[in-house]
Amino acid sequence: MEIPYAVQPRPDTGIYNAKIGIWLFLMSEVMLFGALFSAYVLLRVGAVPGEWPHGWLNVTLGTINTLVLALSAITTLLAWVACKTRQFAKFKFFHACTLLLALTFLCIKGYEYHDKWIHYEIQLTDGRIADGHLRENNPKEDYVVIEGRYVTDEKDLYDLRVQKGIQTGEIKIPRAQIKEMENYGPWHNTYLALYFTLTGLHALHILGGSIVIGYLWGPGRRMWKTDPERFTNRVEVSGLFWHFVDLVWIFLFPVLYLT
Amino acid sequence: MGTTVEQFPPYRGGDDHGHEHHAHHDPGFWRTYIFSTDHKIIGIQYGFTALCFMLFGFFLMLLMRWQIAHPGQPVPFIGPLLEQILGPTMAGKGAISPDLYNSFGAMHGTIMVFLAVVPLAFAAFGNYVVPLMIGAPDMAFPRVNMASYQAYVLGGVVMLVSFFIPGGAAQAGWTSYSPLATSIPTHGQAFWLVGMVLLITSSLLGAVNFIATIIQLRAPGMTWMRLPFFVWAQFVTAFLLLLAFPPLEAAGIMQLMDNLAHTSFFLPTGLAIGGHLAHVSGGGSPLLWQHLFWFLGHPEVYVLILPAMGIVCEILANNTRKPIWGYKSLVYSALAIGFLSFIVWAHHMYLTGMGTKIATFFQATTMIISIPSVIILTCLLISLWGGSIRFNTPMLFVLGFLPMFGIGGLTGLPLGLAPSDIYLHDTYYVIAHFHYVVAPGTIFALFAGIYYWFPKMTGRMMNEFWGRVHFWGSFVFMNVVFLPMFAQGMEGMLRRMADGGVNYSAARVPGALATLPDTIMEMHTWILWGAMALGLAQIPFIINLFWSIKHGEEAKSDNPWDSTTLEWQTPTPPPHGNFATPPRICRGPYEYSVPGHAADFTPQNEPDVPVAAPKISPAPAGH
Repeated sequence: MEIPYAVQPRPDTGIYNAKIGIWLFLMSEVMLFGALFSAYVLLRVGAVPGEWPHGWLNVTLGTINTLVLALSAITTLLAWVACKTRQFAKFKFFHACTLLLALTFLCIKGYEYHDKWIHYEIQLTDGRIADGHLRENNPKEDYVVIEGRYVTDEKDLYDLRVQKGIQTGEIKIPRAQIKEMENYGPWHNTYLALYFTLTGLHALHILGGSIVIGYLWGPGRRMWKTDPERFTNRVEVSGLFWHFVDLVWIFLFPVLYLT
Repeated sequence: MGTTVEQFPPYRGGDDHGHEHHAHHDPGFWRTYIFSTDHKIIGIQYGFTALCFMLFGFFLMLLMRWQIAHPGQPVPFIGPLLEQILGPTMAGKGAISPDLYNSFGAMHGTIMVFLAVVPLAFAAFGNYVVPLMIGAPDMAFPRVNMASYQAYVLGGVVMLVSFFIPGGAAQAGWTSYSPLATSIPTHGQAFWLVGMVLLITSSLLGAVNFIATIIQLRAPGMTWMRLPFFVWAQFVTAFLLLLAFPPLEAAGIMQLMDNLAHTSFFLPTGLAIGGHLAHVSGGGSPLLWQHLFWFLGHPEVYVLILPAMGIVCEILANNTRKPIWGYKSLVYSALAIGFLSFIVWAHHMYLTGMGTKIATFFQATTMIISIPSVIILTCLLISLWGGSIRFNTPMLFVLGFLPMFGIGGLTGLPLGLAPSDIYLHDTYYVIAHFHYVVAPGTIFALFAGIYYWFPKMTGRMMNEFWGRVHFWGSFVFMNVVFLPMFAQGMEGMLRRMADGGVNYSAARVPGALATLPDTIMEMHTWILWGAMALGLAQIPFIINLFWSIKHGEEAKSDNPWDSTTLEWQTPTPPPHGNFATPPRICRGPYEYSVPGHAADFTPQNEPDVPVAAPKISPAPAGH
């Protein structure tokens, strides 16, 4: 038994099954990320004025990642064109590029996560706050060392868009002075919760897309010999998903990094 | 079945590798029944699993009804078992603790909506019937279809397992409002959320598959306006699932973060739990959860009802032996419901302190969406007019559906208007209203569907006499259970009280306007007995269902109901690939009693009667 229009488009709809399937799937993805962006809008509008963080993320790294994904969108398209024009070697080259770019994106993202993970806000018994990256935290020693600064009010930590004038240095804090210390994980505040959830879900999509493209590039390429038409369709469908994931990042970048 | 397949060569586009097909015919037990990619097997898998969950959800309800009627007293027979399984803190001395009551309440709702009715109405009937009705050999993505069923089972297992973890299953109601859902000390909520994510994945895969199948795999000649209404209903339902579920998935992910990563998406600043300031970062919004939940929750209502309306329409046309009145109105109404259901959700939230302007908007849309629903019901009612009705079991359930759904729908109007809703909100009136829509409404349609399509699945009829016993028992006792709840609700009896309102009623608070009268409290006992009798009325059905598979009366033909739609124009049961020859559709779905035809039904694939060509008389000789 064969399902009709699995490879060739149906004449009256002009589309083959998998393509309609992926577009429907992307519709639901729009609703998924749409709901998350709505949550962002609602929580940001409802935040106490002056307490929404600005400039907490590294714009340079974010820009690099945006360019990386934009480039990967181009290589994905070229890989599909190579399939259409029956140039398999080119397909392999372009999708190898796509996979490398995806890996680069995930590495940069991982570095950014790590950077937040080791960033601590330490409330001291004298009411001051020490804020910075943890350098030493040996449980045997009675002090911790951070690379950062002291502030007197938590409000001073919110707007970091202008870095000028912020002096940082190595600070050694005796454990006895620490009232509470918490890293910049999703539990730290609503902004970071949104940041980790939105980019985390997006990173999972990147990972999922990479696995599919990796499969087509690796073991799945056998189909090229038996059914190049169908293989080309698979490349197209996975490419549509990849473009959607890129598009989500185009929204995430300004929303989280630039405002 | 193997021989049947040999007889009917599979439907396929080309013959290029036809000789390979013979090798596929005996895939073995596991591939045939457990990891099947055939839409008919998957439909039956869904149906069987969903019926089991429905029975389980019903038992949870029986236990709750006992607790409401006899608060704090040990449950007879099952009590000791409960204590053994769930421990003395949950069911000490066999009595249901308030915590256990709450988890039963939450899980009854969750199981009935997400694990029983939707999988049965949408996935089971949709899977089995839709490809047959449109003349397709299978669903567009058979393996995705299998994955959808597996995700569903996995989600169900996660939900069931949560009963046995320390602290028990989720207790915050099927709506899981934050911050309650995050502050109850049990991981049951995390299980609930993971289970929901799996169920959402399942319905997403199903929805994509259904829409793609209906758009792409309609047989030649099956134009949009020749689709049976059931297919249209499933089409709109699939879009609702596709677009309304993802926001709940987003909300589920965020609540999971709140529960496990201690974020504060839904936890406000200054939240106090148990008299202490909670150690959370705050800044979240409990209302955000409600918006995202009801953005799914309201379209979900139509996910529950639209497939039921589709089933009712098919059976009604078949048993009145005349075309459905207003086919186009039905189709456009279903589409209108689909669109409108996305802009009514906040009518569940009038009590959250929304402004009157917003409330006005949602009241208006709510009143507007009742119009297409009324059009559908009116078309179905008018279709009865002048028909020579056959009163078989499926038809009885359909005729039961019409007034019951009518009651459910009409009692919903006062809930859609803020002034009356503020009084009725969270009372038993609401419980009565939506149960009338879903229990004697949707579930009756589902029963009708089971009795109706059973001969296609097995080649045998279900027993008619026991079918009637099942119908009359269910019809009477459904009303015994749900009708008193309207009265209780209007007296102010609140839902979700673990003692059935005893404390509330007994509290002679000085200055309190009124307590619940004894007549209202006594209704708990009637409802309990009504619910038990309703359970007993299902026994003939369960026995009938299994007994008839092997021993039922054989169906007189492939088309025992003399139906017009395509699923009856196949061999019984339909082989892999469904049709003996690729069908070509020549007419609309409900051509019953067409004047001038020998039979009182004309199948959709019956070719037009060739008009006798005018004879050309030979030229007269000698001209």
